[in-house]
Amino acid sequence: MNSPNHLYEAVKTVHNKRIDGRFRRFKWLMMIVTLAIYYVTPWLRWDRGPYAPDQAVLVDMANRRFYMFGIEIWPHEFYFVAGLLIMAGIGLFLITSAVGRAWCGYACPQTVWTDLFQHVDRLIDGDRNARIRLEAAPWTWSKVLRRGVKWTIYLAIAFATGGAWILYFADAPTLFAEFFALDAAPIAYATVAVLTLTTFTLGGFMREQVCIYMCPWPRIQSAMMDEKSLTVTYKDWRGEPRGSVKKAQKDPEAFGDCIDCLQCVAVCPTGIDIREGPQIGCITCALCIDACDKVMADIGRPRGLIDYATLEDCAAEAAGKAPKPIWKTLLRPRTVAYTLIWGSIGMALLFALGTRTHTDLTVSADRNPPFMLMSDGSIRNSYTLRLRNMESRPRDMEVAIAGLPGGVFWTDTIGQNEAAASQTFTVPADATLPVRAYVAAPPGAAATEITFTLTSQDEQREQDVVEAGFTTPGEQ
Amino acid sequence: MANDIQDKRRVDEATNTEFVGHEWDGIEELDTPMPRWWLWTFYLTIAWSLAYVIAYPAWPLLEKGTEGVLGWTSRGQLAEQMSAAEMARADVRAQIAATPLERLPEDSALLAQAVAGGRAAFLVNCVQCHGSGAAGSQELGYPNLNDDDWLWGGDIRAIEYTLTHGIRQQDHPETRQSQMPAFAGILTPPQVGAVVDHVLSLSGQAQPNAEGAALFAQNCSLCHGPAGQGDRTYGAPNLADAIWLRGSTRAAITSQILAPRMGMMPKWEGRLDPVTIRMLAAYVHSLGGGEDFVEVAADPEVAVDEQP
Repeated sequence: MNSPNHLYEAVKTVHNKRIDGRFRRFKWLMMIVTLAIYYVTPWLRWDRGPYAPDQAVLVDMANRRFYMFGIEIWPHEFYFVAGLLIMAGIGLFLITSAVGRAWCGYACPQTVWTDLFQHVDRLIDGDRNARIRLEAAPWTWSKVLRRGVKWTIYLAIAFATGGAWILYFADAPTLFAEFFALDAAPIAYATVAVLTLTTFTLGGFMREQVCIYMCPWPRIQSAMMDEKSLTVTYKDWRGEPRGSVKKAQKDPEAFGDCIDCLQCVAVCPTGIDIREGPQIGCITCALCIDACDKVMADIGRPRGLIDYATLEDCAAEAAGKAPKPIWKTLLRPRTVAYTLIWGSIGMALLFALGTRTHTDLTVSADRNPPFMLMSDGSIRNSYTLRLRNMESRPRDMEVAIAGLPGGVFWTDTIGQNEAAASQTFTVPADATLPVRAYVAAPPGAAATEITFTLTSQDEQREQDVVEAGFTTPGEQ
Repeated sequence: MANDIQDKRRVDEATNTEFVGHEWDGIEELDTPMPRWWLWTFYLTIAWSLAYVIAYPAWPLLEKGTEGVLGWTSRGQLAEQMSAAEMARADVRAQIAATPLERLPEDSALLAQAVAGGRAAFLVNCVQCHGSGAAGSQELGYPNLNDDDWLWGGDIRAIEYTLTHGIRQQDHPETRQSQMPAFAGILTPPQVGAVVDHVLSLSGQAQPNAEGAALFAQNCSLCHGPAGQGDRTYGAPNLADAIWLRGSTRAAITSQILAPRMGMMPKWEGRLDPVTIRMLAAYVHSLGGGEDFVEVAADPEVAVDEQP
């Protein structure tokens, strides 16, 4: 491997060979689907009426709203986003424990964009051998031209990647027009510039280096996988010892199925040799399986010398036993547990989504000072109420206090002479109305828990009940 | 020596990689190279930091630090930001200056601006005595500004007057001025006890005391009023309510009669500009105990406009 005389290793460019096969076709499908989702989503429209934007998926930072089709998430409902992120995390654990690094091999953005850039390489410079030759060749005008064209295409792809990202944060058609008219916000240009640069370098040049040196996930995955997880494996008991086709034909008994054709290495996008066993550089994209299967078919041997298998199956097969059926491999306590956790979080989120109302009240009691003795001996506490109207029309909402005998309240806009146990406010469409409420109890009040009840004054009569502490001098 | 070190180099047979020479519990570390781009990125960060040191003020020296080549300083940046903020606020300040203080509540947006500005000024200038929540301190005799008990009046004009002129500021002819005489040596201890009883009875905390009532009428009612309701003209506290600036225990009241303590407040005229003082008045007024200007002015008993 590395010569002891060299302290630092230069990056060896991986020139992976073109291959066709079932996994390659699946990779194509995944690439098309993921890229289509990424590029098309911001352009989908969703009619939300006059008060809300018509973009199906929109992260509206300025107004602090997150729109996803029929769902509108407010900042105080951020647990939905947290829940989705937890589901994504557990989903990743589930996938990894079941089918190993399938995320890395097919769906990870780094993989998808690297794959795309490798197709550009192939389009401009030709396949593996031509690329190796071109890299070794001196810098002629023709090479400069080829490199120029290739890097321009890289840049175009990178720009499209960065450009699509910002469309999730503003109305896509408007921003698109503004962007090219140089009217967009500086942050939009900065974001596009940064993402263009990172896509260009990470996808165009660093490629497998990102997976091996920068990404933390391969390191975590070894903890998520076990000997029952499916992964790309070379079946050495079947392949070894290796020998050329000719040697193997002469003496079939002395040689295994591997003819050392190195096709599995040539097609690998991270440049590893799978025959050295499971390793950190393997993203389980299975292109080596496609390559090996093709060679096996050519020399008339059964497919699957390199195949998706669990380490347990490998041991069983090596010992001459039959491997476990695939459904048993996928359906085991660990994957079932992950599925249950994943599903129950999903159900909880759906339940919360189904039962949430379009009104909300939050109450925060002033703690500085905690209570106020008034000259007539009555006790006053101050609260900041936030009345939320999550519908696209103004609504009247009544706030009533209970649990405090003789208690009344007024606000900074409703005077003390109109103090009462309930007050009505008009909350504008899609808005939060902050109200400073002064709650007064007659002298000698002893209550420590009061409730604020918000009732929408429309046919729905949505309610939100909030408990809050009422502090009296006796507690001090 | 060099050869000795050379000789100690060992190469791992399996990977043909050098050992670095560290060993933990039999596990040895291989000298595996970093990729070159990684190293170059690291060098770049070093170069970047050097560029920073040269470009910006960075290195402290005996007299003065290095100044950098860009002419940038954080003080200069602060000054810029401050003047930009000042510019941004100029409009609102002009509006507040042009609006009569008692009409401020009619423009709720402007009032909100004034209250916010007043709060900021309060947190810089007033919290030292009145506390960050303006709750004051009974122990130290700083009034609570949230309640509805005002020594000198609680409408927005009266508050502004207190802020501008201060309380018991010798160098200001129009300051809020009042003094309670010390009764040590004037009243005998039993007499003082009787007065304390009477004072406590004014707010229902003790039984009426005839001797105390007579003494109170003689000595105290001139300022505190016949029923102890106080007089804002003199800043005399209301003794018949539930709020006690220095406590309502017998000891606190006795001490206040024998050797009264009276608070002082700086005058802010000349230290803060008039608009900031207006904003402070709006903030204090908004704390929940502020009195309505019109209603108080219409009340002949408490003539706020005729302040000294």
